[in-house]
Amino acid sequence: MKYVLGAVCGASVLLAVPAMAETTLTIATVNNGDMIRMQGLTGEFTKQNPDITVKWVTLEENVLRQRVTTDIATKGGQFDVLTIGTYEVPIWAKKGWLVPLANLGADYDVADLLPKIKDAVSVDGKLYAAPFYGESSMVMYRTDLFDKAGLKMPENPTWDFVIDAAKKLTDKSAGTYGICLRGKAGWGENMAFLSAMANSYGARWFDEKWEPQFNTPEWKTTLTTYVNVMKEAGPPGASSNGFNENLALFNAGKCAMWIDATVAASFVTNPKESRVADKVGFALAPNTGLGKNANWLWAWSLAIPAGSKKSDVAEKFIAWATSKDYTKIVAAKEGWANVPPGTRTSLYQNPEYLKVAPFAKLTLASIDAADPNKPTVKPVPYVGVQYAAIPEFQGIGTQVGQQFSAALAGSMTVDAALAGAQSVTEREMKRAGYIK
Amino acid sequence: MARKETTQRVVISTIGAWFFGFLIFFPILWMVLASFKTELEAFAIPPSFLFFHWTTENYVTVQERSDYLHHAMNSIIIAGGSTLIALLIAIPAAWSMAFSPTKRTKDILLWMLSTKMMPPVGVLVPIYLIYKSFGLLDSRIGLVFILCLGNLPIVIWMLFTYFKEIPRDILEAARMDGATIGRELVYVLTPMAIPGLASTMLLNLILAWNEAFWTLNLATSDAAPLTTFIASYSSPEGLFWAKLSAASTLAIAPILVLGWFSQKQLVRGLTFGAVK
Repeated sequence: MKYVLGAVCGASVLLAVPAMAETTLTIATVNNGDMIRMQGLTGEFTKQNPDITVKWVTLEENVLRQRVTTDIATKGGQFDVLTIGTYEVPIWAKKGWLVPLANLGADYDVADLLPKIKDAVSVDGKLYAAPFYGESSMVMYRTDLFDKAGLKMPENPTWDFVIDAAKKLTDKSAGTYGICLRGKAGWGENMAFLSAMANSYGARWFDEKWEPQFNTPEWKTTLTTYVNVMKEAGPPGASSNGFNENLALFNAGKCAMWIDATVAASFVTNPKESRVADKVGFALAPNTGLGKNANWLWAWSLAIPAGSKKSDVAEKFIAWATSKDYTKIVAAKEGWANVPPGTRTSLYQNPEYLKVAPFAKLTLASIDAADPNKPTVKPVPYVGVQYAAIPEFQGIGTQVGQQFSAALAGSMTVDAALAGAQSVTEREMKRAGYIK
Repeated sequence: MARKETTQRVVISTIGAWFFGFLIFFPILWMVLASFKTELEAFAIPPSFLFFHWTTENYVTVQERSDYLHHAMNSIIIAGGSTLIALLIAIPAAWSMAFSPTKRTKDILLWMLSTKMMPPVGVLVPIYLIYKSFGLLDSRIGLVFILCLGNLPIVIWMLFTYFKEIPRDILEAARMDGATIGRELVYVLTPMAIPGLASTMLLNLILAWNEAFWTLNLATSDAAPLTTFIASYSSPEGLFWAKLSAASTLAIAPILVLGWFSQKQLVRGLTFGAVK
């Protein structure tokens, strides 16, 4: 009897211990290389924190956005850490959906975060998300084709130069196209590129009174230039090309130039993925001399939803995943070329990183050249370079993107697309109460 | 002469059937081929059909990154459970409507079907809140319940049409011979309705297996079936077609095999009705 009692007590203690101590964090994320790497390195975090287990939920970007929005709006509490972009941070923070990150630890070194990126994930000086990796956009070009044509890409090119070079470098019979740009409709697809391009042409989404501006000459110049250069020097079927399609075209040697996210630099220079890995040069996104380059700013960041009951532990994880030490762990395990870029000043001062990342200098310069608080030549009432950080923008941006994608496909004229964009935006802004 | 014509017809119709069969099967074949390519080859234009560097790397990556068995088990439980419960509710419902119809039977049937016309996203938030209150979020039982409800109208409709084709005279003859309702159901009705029941069950199983809206929205990790497993391989920044194809091939494999083995019953049930 004594033994039986002892065994029962022992078993209950054994069973009770893990139940008392263990905290499970559920982290929602997107399927990007850097995020998957973080997922693979979770063991390093749980080794330091044996009382924490981590569950990953990886979803497609739009599904993740919808799923997380539903959960956060209903305070469902299904997630403890979210992966969100710079678009969501100010909107969700103002709604009280995010927990401010005030306890990242003494050695976190907030001052080391790149100022533009830090601003993009802060509201009223408080950090509401910690940037995991940051990006801007830039020109990636084929050095061999430029040399062959006797062209030299300036570090800060103008649109005139880029368009001229695109036309000269196009050889449709050989399947080489002068320029590859996004054409697939979507607020985060073609509109990310076109909004940034429009900024460089002096256009803006809204004036100071939230009146849509698609009826201005600046937008007409932007869209006409885009459609014309793509017709003359772009690949066929460009209206369905997004980041991945252009990446595949560039890596297969079909594009002389590609203007897209700086994060693509590591893909196009990776010999395992790219046939042109050793022939790629980088330059800032083009400008027209008005003081704004056509580059955007984005950071995938980690945040804690207000519904989480484990915010302390969640913040501990965020501090680990976005720390300088995490960068060192990735470098030790997978090499410096694979560390998440675009968030910390110290990375761009690290000679080992600079040695393996020929694009580092331009990535940093591109991030520095984007200003979400002053994105356009003329003043605007919104924050955000390639988007306006208002909840209505996702819907409006995608509808406008459809009009512009149709103009690129040739099923609509530039004038009709701009008129359509103006009318859609006016209708939605009236409905939302921004204008009468 | 007549024989020659028949042979010609047979040859033409066989070629035609193979051609259309291949056309329908092609997307699945393309997906399986893409799963053995490298990411760059999967995206290549023009695409290579068979002459590429074959690799199983994508399957290795998928196995390393995801717990396939956990997701597959969830899919089996959710699809199987929802089908079983749907059949348990639908058989008596369809039976009573087919053999004891009232003035309102047609209206009820139409009303049930009308629920399928509403987009599910319209009730997402209320369902999410109810599930949150009852602790059903990310639970298998919650998914079994919602998928069962979602497919119930189709199951009842299908069974109703099968039952309706069973001549009432046969049941009356059985009654004349002294059969009770239980014996009538087990020995007369069931054997005649088996092809209909089997095809309804299979169709419901396939619908539940492929259901992506509710499974993606209500499951997080514990109850996540193969649909969430596939969704996790789509990437906004980075090539993913080959890995996604490998994940999809693994996800559809069980239901594809089941479909192959039961295609005779499925086709018979769908085309010949219950008693012909």
